[in-house]
Amino acid sequence: MKKAFPILGVLTAVLLSYALYQALVVAPTEQTMGDVQRIFYYHVPSAWTAFLLFFINFGASIYYLAKRKTAADIVALVSAEVGVVFCTVVLITGPIWARPVWGIWWTWDMRLTSTLVLWLIYVSYLFLRRFSSGGQTPLLAASLAVIGALCVPFVYFSIWFFRTQHPQPVMGGGGSIDPRMLHVLLINWLAFSCFAFLVCWSRYRLEKLQREIDEAHALHSLLAPRGSSR
Amino acid sequence: MKNGYLFAAYAATWIIHIGYISTIVSRYARLKREIEELKKS
Repeated sequence: MKKAFPILGVLTAVLLSYALYQALVVAPTEQTMGDVQRIFYYHVPSAWTAFLLFFINFGASIYYLAKRKTAADIVALVSAEVGVVFCTVVLITGPIWARPVWGIWWTWDMRLTSTLVLWLIYVSYLFLRRFSSGGQTPLLAASLAVIGALCVPFVYFSIWFFRTQHPQPVMGGGGSIDPRMLHVLLINWLAFSCFAFLVCWSRYRLEKLQREIDEAHALHSLLAPRGSSR
Repeated sequence: MKNGYLFAAYAATWIIHIGYISTIVSRYARLKREIEELKKS
């Protein structure tokens, strides 16, 4: 396992570089938007990866609620944290694309607003995990995660349910895309998914280590003679 | 000028990811120090 991580790291770096080359050089230039449309190759894969991570968070939270396994709780925490990072990328790159194309940075349109609400739900989840120290914290967080996950399909399909400025979804929507652009988009998604997996793996190891140290500290303070500090 | 937006979006993406990875690395370094302290005590 120790050897697999650097090998996967190198492979992911190569894949990310290849995906960047595909996005900037190989993908055809969109006729009306020009080069600024290439933001799409980072914006959409980041959104899909965030949704995937929130889905994993949902599955792990349900599993934790059913079985109370610590590993499931750690997976839930890690996937939410990395998902928030990817969702932040979506919320930053979207307005950077919108400014030259729509002429505005932001509009309170349903897709944009629901994505912001989704981000706030998962940020509140992370605040709960960070600042609540009670034994019930994983249970409360898992319950919040279930509610948060219900928002993910709403965000994705909000384009169908409401009149919105946002372009139609590439998958399962009414939008059409050049096959070469779709190819580049999928390569970028694969690269960002591998990257997310590696980051989650590192974060999982870190969280496990943190919990082991916390247990060791607790044990140490129990065994230490009265009056001595840690 | 429009390429400036493209550069800004790609740069912002990597600043966010690298920033997050650096927090993981610093937390890991802090934990390693804590392990050393626990071993000593």
